[in-house]
Amino acid sequence: MTTPVPAIGQPLDRFDGAEKVRGLAPYAFEHPVEHPVYLFAVQSTIAVGRITAIDCSQASARPGVLAVLTHQNAPRLSTDNGELRTLQSDEVTFRGQIVGGVIAETSEIARDAAGLVRMDYEERPHNVDLRGEVPGHRERLKVPDEVLPIFPMDTSEGDVDAALASAAVRVDSRYSTPWYTHNALEPHTTIACWTGDGFTLRLSTQGVTGIQAAVAGAFRLDPSRVRVISPHVGGAFGSKVYPRADVVLAAMAARLVPGRPVKFALTRQQTFSQTGYRPPTFQRVRLGAGSDGRLVAIEHNAIEQTSKIRQFAEHSTRATPSMYAAPNRRTQQWVAELDVPTPTIMRAPGEASGMFALESAMDELAIACDLDPIELRIRNEPQVHPHFQLPFSSRNLVACLQEGARRFGWEPRDPTPRARRDGGWLIGTGVAAATYPVLRLPGSKATIRVGPDGRYLVLIAAVDIGTGTRTALTQVAADALQVDIEQVDLRLGDSTYPPAAEEGASAGITSWGAAIHEAADQLRQRLTTEHGGTVPADGLEVTADTPDNPYLKQYAMHSFGAQFAEVRVNERTGEIRVPRQLGVFACGRIVNPKTARSQLLGGMTWGLSMALHEQSVLDLRFGHVVNHDLAQYHISSNADVGAIEVHWIEEDDPYVNPMRTKGVGEIGIVGAAAAIANAVYHATGVRIRDLPITLDKLLPGDRPGSEVGG
Amino acid sequence: MRTFRYERSSSVSGAVALLAEAPHGAFLGGGTNLVDLMKLGVAQPDLLVDVRRLVSDRVEELPGGGVRIGAGTPNSECAAHPLVRQRYPMVSQALLSGASGQLRNLATTAGNLLQRTRCPYFQDITTACNKREPGTGCSAIEGHHRDLAILGTSPECVATHPSDLAVALAALDATVRTHGPGGERVISMTELHRLPGPEPQRDTVLQHGELITAIDLPPAPFATRSHFRKVRDRASYAFALVAVAAAIDLADGVVRDVRIALGGVAHKPWRAYRAEELLRGGPADEERFRQAAEAELADARPMPGNAFKVPLARNTLVATLLDLAGGPR
Repeated sequence: MTTPVPAIGQPLDRFDGAEKVRGLAPYAFEHPVEHPVYLFAVQSTIAVGRITAIDCSQASARPGVLAVLTHQNAPRLSTDNGELRTLQSDEVTFRGQIVGGVIAETSEIARDAAGLVRMDYEERPHNVDLRGEVPGHRERLKVPDEVLPIFPMDTSEGDVDAALASAAVRVDSRYSTPWYTHNALEPHTTIACWTGDGFTLRLSTQGVTGIQAAVAGAFRLDPSRVRVISPHVGGAFGSKVYPRADVVLAAMAARLVPGRPVKFALTRQQTFSQTGYRPPTFQRVRLGAGSDGRLVAIEHNAIEQTSKIRQFAEHSTRATPSMYAAPNRRTQQWVAELDVPTPTIMRAPGEASGMFALESAMDELAIACDLDPIELRIRNEPQVHPHFQLPFSSRNLVACLQEGARRFGWEPRDPTPRARRDGGWLIGTGVAAATYPVLRLPGSKATIRVGPDGRYLVLIAAVDIGTGTRTALTQVAADALQVDIEQVDLRLGDSTYPPAAEEGASAGITSWGAAIHEAADQLRQRLTTEHGGTVPADGLEVTADTPDNPYLKQYAMHSFGAQFAEVRVNERTGEIRVPRQLGVFACGRIVNPKTARSQLLGGMTWGLSMALHEQSVLDLRFGHVVNHDLAQYHISSNADVGAIEVHWIEEDDPYVNPMRTKGVGEIGIVGAAAAIANAVYHATGVRIRDLPITLDKLLPGDRPGSEVGG
Repeated sequence: MRTFRYERSSSVSGAVALLAEAPHGAFLGGGTNLVDLMKLGVAQPDLLVDVRRLVSDRVEELPGGGVRIGAGTPNSECAAHPLVRQRYPMVSQALLSGASGQLRNLATTAGNLLQRTRCPYFQDITTACNKREPGTGCSAIEGHHRDLAILGTSPECVATHPSDLAVALAALDATVRTHGPGGERVISMTELHRLPGPEPQRDTVLQHGELITAIDLPPAPFATRSHFRKVRDRASYAFALVAVAAAIDLADGVVRDVRIALGGVAHKPWRAYRAEELLRGGPADEERFRQAAEAELADARPMPGNAFKVPLARNTLVATLLDLAGGPR
């Protein structure tokens, strides 16, 4: 038997790419079903209060309407999750909350009739105003529950205040990031069917197993009676990890019309209140250093918001204790519970917002110390993980910075702001570091079945949210089985397969791949020891769990990266263009260079969008996001995206997992906004600490003759 | 979306007659704005009269050097037409700076002018809006108004007109030919759109059932030196924060004649007569350009969230004039 060519490392096209570009890959809502009905949600028009009366008469009388769901007739659910207690009472806890649903023969009738449902409210005052550190405010904040147990929410080492007081150079800056909305191209959609004794749910999700458990629990069903299918997902970015009211409402509707599939798609406007968001943050970073730039103290704190129905916290200060050597360090994280929808996971939750602040502050420190910002970071490179005091399983931040500097053409760089001009445009360059932890989520199993024909069937209830997981995971399986990739048929996206953790935390390949690896090892071993290396006539099947990582307590495991950006700022209008971004990442072994590059490229593009464009604008009077469509919520358009170069450092880390991968989904966005903000400072001399960096922040005041930054 | 009737007619007068009998009906062109508003429940016509095949979809030369644009001409075709590109470059630039390629293929020239003014609260039926429901109040004045008007506002409405094309046409003294229940008439582009005043529900002076059949561009030899400059929050596919349409006639460093209109600043395309007046006969230098811009913006009444538009409009106008004065295009 010849050793097959390793599949890992091959830039394979996605197996489903051709189907997708030809429109043949059915997404959840597109799955052909017989005699569907359509559901449209009714949303609250107040933020806090109580529904005092409901009049469905007009809606019910509308020809084609089959039923109107409200809290008065909805099935009672069993769940502790406030986001799932849909239509369980007359209480309204945020504006836009789903308070009803109309089931009709067509989507147009359902939508029209939803507008005819009359709700009377008893309104109470609401508070949706997240504020930074203001007197008397701290007492109303909470320290959130830990997000990942290995990263304590607050950390403290040494005496930060004393070290800051005696430091030769100090930076003390406040930063803010806005409310970001995911805006996956495919909105949240469901086709729910009650089959008599259970549900079949076709939906757009990051985790079929999690949805199955949530729906089964809420409707008091055995999980085996809930089948969740999600073969293709058109973007998710964290917004499709947790089940929410939309799924519950669709399932409730399905109970009312047994045998008829209920089709439910959120409108774009509805996704702004129904699908979570990255919580806005107020952050403060204090740095103390010697005049040589060596840090003596790092302090980072963050305030963000959660809802009153379910706590969700982004751990925005999580990355800080992993970054730089300093004997005195403190991180603190608070949440304010407001009358808003519950925030959720969004690409690099925590790192994306937190590293904007930390890496902007590092740039400010470099200027204060008159040091090149790359040199500053190199001088503060730790020998071991500053918080865990463990060696890093691998750490190539310096290599990323140096390789990036070489490729970007960082040198020679006059650090003086406003030193470079081209016509009416000021030019600047900026750099920032990136990091993301290597995580392994529990709860996955993989089954591998080999037949006498030598073909391997790999089953796992993972999902491919558009990242190319189906392809990359098949590459992992082929190498684990030591067979040609053509012999492997990997299936995912169905809860009837062995359970799997959700697609998130850049942990998909690690978590699912480790289970597949384990199953493959056991299968190969059993083939050899029990069957003399020959597949028995009726085949052989093995199921294995994701094993624990034996090195978890011996090493700190993180990816690192370096982000570079060149910006141009129009001297008269403040318009900002980013002609170049360049990222170098160290994320372990790359399974599929083509799909991995797309992940990093997408992350960097979103970093651009985060830096310059995105912002959900909250109307404090009403409590809702005003700019709730893609005409008003700006994401970077093609014309905004310049040349983006993606590179990676070869890394071979034997401690992270059998594949030696670290995950590539999140890190591309981390640090990108800081690199751009730092470049904007270099171009203009104006330090923007509040994202997004819009042109009005760079316009001069109304002084005659003044120009940008002048 | 409400149920509605859909009708076609074989003639312009037939279409006009159909709508005259339907006080809540509307003409349907490309539908790129109307259909959106219908989905949102903002527009609820009970009859749509499709006029796409009734009016000309061509660009033609007029005797004397002008150009006539058929009301049904898709935005993309109008932008690409050699007569438009050669004689009125800023019209082509304005069209290409708006929307996306797909929308420009569908949107008609007249429909572009008849987009409803924009405001986030107008588009959200759960919030008060004097334009959508007269007398309910304006949510924008005390709310999110970053994109909204600084000139010609009223206590009832601060919305802005979104059309880039209208700005270029207003600068060029274009006229709009209409056919309504009362017959045909010609309306100056600068008179087509209204300031909100106490009646913000009316965007234009058109009567119900009055159909735009063509837009005429008068001869303007110096418009070959013209430019449309749009400043927005991203490089493409966004409404103007501020736009400037300008054409200039220069001789020996002196402004012989000039046409300027501003977009993104008012409920209608804002013809900058005051700036034009100050510039005519004066030196083509930055100092004079700045004085003209400041004179035009002297009456600006920005709100806290859009005060930046005043210096932005000033700077953009100065920059555009300097570009035009810098040399022949």
